[in-house]
Amino acid sequence: MRQPLLDIQGLRVTAAGGRIVAVDGISFHVEAGEILAVVGESGSGKTATGRAVIGLLPPGLTCSGGAIRFRGEDLLAASSSRIREFRGAEIGMVFQEPMVSLNPAMTIGAQMEEGMALHTALSRAEIRAACIAMLKRVQIRDPEQCLAAYPHEFSGGMRQRIMLASVMMLKPALLIADEPTTALDTLSQREILDLMVGLARDEGTAVLLITHNLGLVARYADRAIVMQRGRIVEEGEARSLLASPQQAYTQALVDALPRRLPRIRRQSEGTPVLEARALEVQYGGRQRLFRRTPGVKAVNGVDLAIYPGETVALVGGSGSGKTTLGRAMLRLVEPTGGQLLFRGEDITRAKGEAYRRFRLACQIVFQDPYSSLDPRQRIGSIVMEPLRHEPGISQAEKRERVLKTFEDVGLPGFEDRFPHQLSGGQRQRVAIARAIVRHPALVVADEPVSALDMTVQKQILTLFRRLQQERGFACLFVSHDLAAVEEVADRVIVMQQGKLVEEGDRDGIFDCPRHPYTRALLEAAPRLEAIA
Amino acid sequence: MLRYALNRLALSLPTLLLVSAAVFLLIRLVPGDPVVLMLGDQADPQQIADMRAAMGLDRSIFVQYGLWLLHALGGDLGRSTTNDLPVLPLVLSRFQVTATIVFAAVAIAALIAIPIGTIAAWKQNTKADFAIVSGATLLLSIPSFWLGLLMLLLFGLKLGWVPVVGYVSFSENAFQAALYIVLPVVTLTLIEIGILTRMARAAAIDVLRLEFVAHARAKGLREGKVLRRHVLPNAFAPTLTLIGIVLGNLLGGVAVIETVFTLPGLGRLLVDGIYARDYPVVQGCMLFIATIYVVVNLLVDLAYPLFDPRVTAA
Amino acid sequence: MARIPLKANALIGGLLVGGTLLMAATSVVWTPRNPLAVALRQRLKPPSPDFWLGTDEVGRDVLSRIMAGAGTSVMVAGLAVLAAVLLGSTLGLIAGFLRGWVDRALMGINDALLAFPGILLALGLMAVIGASQWGIVLALGLAYAPTVARVVRGAVLSIREREFVEASRSIGNGEGYTMWRHVLPNTASPVIVLATSMFGWAILAESALSFLGLGVPPPAPTWGNMLAAARPYMESAVWLSLAPGLCIALTLLGVNLLGDALRDRLDPRSTER
Repeated sequence: MRQPLLDIQGLRVTAAGGRIVAVDGISFHVEAGEILAVVGESGSGKTATGRAVIGLLPPGLTCSGGAIRFRGEDLLAASSSRIREFRGAEIGMVFQEPMVSLNPAMTIGAQMEEGMALHTALSRAEIRAACIAMLKRVQIRDPEQCLAAYPHEFSGGMRQRIMLASVMMLKPALLIADEPTTALDTLSQREILDLMVGLARDEGTAVLLITHNLGLVARYADRAIVMQRGRIVEEGEARSLLASPQQAYTQALVDALPRRLPRIRRQSEGTPVLEARALEVQYGGRQRLFRRTPGVKAVNGVDLAIYPGETVALVGGSGSGKTTLGRAMLRLVEPTGGQLLFRGEDITRAKGEAYRRFRLACQIVFQDPYSSLDPRQRIGSIVMEPLRHEPGISQAEKRERVLKTFEDVGLPGFEDRFPHQLSGGQRQRVAIARAIVRHPALVVADEPVSALDMTVQKQILTLFRRLQQERGFACLFVSHDLAAVEEVADRVIVMQQGKLVEEGDRDGIFDCPRHPYTRALLEAAPRLEAIA
Repeated sequence: MLRYALNRLALSLPTLLLVSAAVFLLIRLVPGDPVVLMLGDQADPQQIADMRAAMGLDRSIFVQYGLWLLHALGGDLGRSTTNDLPVLPLVLSRFQVTATIVFAAVAIAALIAIPIGTIAAWKQNTKADFAIVSGATLLLSIPSFWLGLLMLLLFGLKLGWVPVVGYVSFSENAFQAALYIVLPVVTLTLIEIGILTRMARAAAIDVLRLEFVAHARAKGLREGKVLRRHVLPNAFAPTLTLIGIVLGNLLGGVAVIETVFTLPGLGRLLVDGIYARDYPVVQGCMLFIATIYVVVNLLVDLAYPLFDPRVTAA
Repeated sequence: MARIPLKANALIGGLLVGGTLLMAATSVVWTPRNPLAVALRQRLKPPSPDFWLGTDEVGRDVLSRIMAGAGTSVMVAGLAVLAAVLLGSTLGLIAGFLRGWVDRALMGINDALLAFPGILLALGLMAVIGASQWGIVLALGLAYAPTVARVVRGAVLSIREREFVEASRSIGNGEGYTMWRHVLPNTASPVIVLATSMFGWAILAESALSFLGLGVPPPAPTWGNMLAAARPYMESAVWLSLAPGLCIALTLLGVNLLGDALRDRLDPRSTER
């Protein structure tokens, strides 16, 4: 029988002397040259599995059982010097956070050469030439200059290319890629993964692709393993696994993928709840010690109207200004130009009563549920707080409304807890409760689910849609995640470098995008339809 | 690089100006007439008036400060009211003693503490780490003057290895001089080892957490090389900043050690000046120590980019 | 970042600091003998069942003086830290809240004061105020306030960038209310950690100043001036040097251990300075 490249038998990873089990006796194998995806949500043990293969478990975790055979040799039984011979040369690893995975105090060149010098007998000049050739392969424009530069001079996407180059340069037989593009925006994500898979196919490198994103599995993997709570739930050929999942958990994961639901087409009619006219936000322009820094227009002359009850999605890559626009619409960032109209009334610089009415009627849900709740407040008091400014309701009425809202968001009886006692999904429910407790006319949702696990994302989006139907508020849904947008939006607005580049109803944008930027975004978005 | 240096230099000038103003104002806060305080109650009015004029006290406070600062910049810190010697040469000669023990102690302590702290971080949560951290915490909890007294008692009085009282400068007799300063240096070194080990450990732990260390290991580098090439250089820059602060605290608190070992240092000069209400000496010492502190921290910041290339970009 | 296992840390630290506090509290109402009563016939007696820690150069009971010294040290250090926290927090809050030129001006002065090592500033202030108990409280309070101000300002600036502060604004709360209700309570953790360390610094600084004769003036006992008085008898009456020194060291050890435990608990991501 042919020997697989990597063969894992009954691997157990535990912490705290075996009391906490991260990986619970899993077995799988990787054939030479194949791309195997390990899919799971947080806490599934997928990262620990990848780390265990290269012997780099984080402090506290240990392999307490099983075998990891690489070309037939058990790595768990091997000496540390033997393992070091494999690391880099035979097994490479690409890390998740490009901002911290390169040494800030060493030049790119020194870091790339390090591995080559260790594992090959090439001369310095040969190594240098190899580095330059490899940087060209990953489309770094000026490789020579790049070698002399330090990591902080590059963006996250560029750093991940450099990382990829330095790992693939040694032509490892196995590449472990742990969420290699999660920290990047959709466009760079696509580029990096295409490069990585291209390189791997060329060199015959097998890839262990660890990810939470089923879209990536569909697009890149040959086979896939689904993990949940340290165990393998299902294993199989990637496409058929996603197309017809056998296990309930896999089914739930696939179901959690946002998909286009038929929507009752809402007419954008009447007076807009909120309207921006030629809105501008300029940052910076500060007087420094020796020079005056020029300002940056994060939002540059945007016209946008949101009508009662509709959901408008605002999409764009990182740096497109979408988050700033969302904030400026609520005057959480003060616009530096243009007009803002609330129900037809100019409130761009309004104070007093007009401002108060606008402030009470327009709410926001933030991206990061860990930082959007005051850690020292009980969640009951967090949700009660917006009612401070509601005129003419008694304490008992307030209390009742809070309890009702907790029920509506699916957290009955949670009022006396503190935020740190809740999961990420539960916190986001609290944030939603805070936004809707005053029956707002508009909610700005700023990437409300992108910090959450897939199945939790689904629950939150479903909840949000239900609440919207019941209470009829309009929503500005700011997101880089086109799949989620496809599920929730009535209309879509695409933003690039502070300007609107395309606007239309959902089906129009997704089915026949006109602007090249929109097309690029759609192309890059990992969607399950790719396999259908 | 040059812009960074100039920027940093420009930033320390206002600090120095404010420092000098604080030193100047401090003495003006003394209740009562400084001249009367200096000359005593029995001085005759003419004498007092002459002294006031000589010290410029009859003019506005801004003029006084301006004149004082101008003189200070020219190296004239006034004259001691106890022995009429010019303050600056006095301060400088005493500073030699202080600088020798303080800089020697910090240098030796850093050389010992940084590797130990890094190893403790590398072995985090093991018995070795526990032992190092406990030892360091114990060392930094001992008051320097008490440790000094115990040292004197043991090595000076009981064993008789070193002289107990006095000081000989290096230019007179280098060997004798070394005997006199060995105990103060050892005392300060021990305590600074406690402080710096914990700081170095904390800095190294912060670095070890970062993914590039795992990346270095994933290349197959040996642990020694990972520590030397990837951890130490990145942990060193923050530790260097802390050494600057430690040095300042040591300069400020060195008076007690000099008292224990009866060394004629700057701290002792300051304390004696306070006893004698010799305000020009007090001002001179405080201005000098604060300036040294600011300059040391400036040098540390200027050296920082050598260890962390990100700084110049910021 | 578990340093020494958390519980041992907190337990030993708590016991040591608790011991000192207990000694200080007891000394207010009771000491074995009068700590100031001179008895020249009993001078320089070594520890015995009568005098557990012996007697000093004028026959005063060392144990009673140690206890009374604990009372003085704890009170002085506690009040100094309180003063520093009140003054520093106010300044830090104002700077972090108003930002702009107020912040730059306040922090400019603050940085200049930070350029004086704490104990040097205290020495200078003692020169002005004169050696006394209240003088030390004032001097140490003023010397440490800039550090508190810096920490509080930093905390305010970082907390006000957190989304829950924006959330408070988005539901219509005013700036002042947001500061008071959401920002201020969240600066408590770093301030508590800092105040704990400062209590240790203040105990040490007070004893150093008293040792130099610039602190609490004799005959009132403090650990520092007891050590200074013991110097001439270092060889003949070693207990006079051991007891106060050991007290200072153990108290500092307790404060440091407790500080570590608190830091791990309240401020898990901070590194020590």
